[in-house]
Amino acid sequence: MPTATYAGRDVVVTEDGFFADPEQWTEEMAPELARAEGIDALTEDHWRVVKFMRREYEEKGAGPTVRVLGKTSGVPIKQLYLLFPKGPAKVAAKIAGIPKPHGCI
Amino acid sequence: MADTIEKVSIVLSKGSFEGAYPALIMANGARAEGIEANLFFTFFGLDVVHKARWEHIKVATVGNPGLHLATLAGGLPGVSSVMTHYLERKMDRLDFPPIPEFIEMIADTGAGLYGCKASVDLFELTREDLVDQVKDIITVGEFYELAAGGQIIFT
Repeated sequence: MPTATYAGRDVVVTEDGFFADPEQWTEEMAPELARAEGIDALTEDHWRVVKFMRREYEEKGAGPTVRVLGKTSGVPIKQLYLLFPKGPAKVAAKIAGIPKPHGCI
Repeated sequence: MADTIEKVSIVLSKGSFEGAYPALIMANGARAEGIEANLFFTFFGLDVVHKARWEHIKVATVGNPGLHLATLAGGLPGVSSVMTHYLERKMDRLDFPPIPEFIEMIADTGAGLYGCKASVDLFELTREDLVDQVKDIITVGEFYELAAGGQIIFT
């Protein structure tokens, strides 16, 4: 699998750029990951979603889909798409260093 | 990076439960992937964004061999409602939103929802008959302008 360098550390990523091993992720890597997704600066609201994704993954073994994110993160769907125009669950998962959420809704 | 889809425009032409959901799932799923999405409601598909009807979209129990139900049985009064409730319960357990909530959600993702002018005229509807999430009533020509440069999916 390919590797990438974030915050000066080499990490293993999947073909589409998600962390293969979420344990390799640190918060210091998030701004760099965000920039690669076209988000120049992570605001408090971005962090709220990223940390929520991380927590969900740690508790449940998978990141939430957009619908679940909208219902449970406290950030409404409209705002989620303003924060992450390229797909809230997908992009936030990438920034949070967890696998891409798997679900159709 | 392999080829990517940047934009989809989905035509929803059916007013049945099983006719509506696939198009809604595809539109919502496109936005979740960061793909620009438009939904064009035409013919009986307009019911899905009709204020008085969007809460009452039913499964077609006649002429639907996939249900494996005898045509005569499917035509009995109430069978369509029972089948719809059954599917709604199953979908709720899988966290599929009901149609009105799904339409609201898709509009919130930034997808564009449009009514078809020819169908609105045909059924003698007005803008006021359609839910607020519908951005505009547009002609087929305007639909093609919106769809330009992307993929068109007809359902």
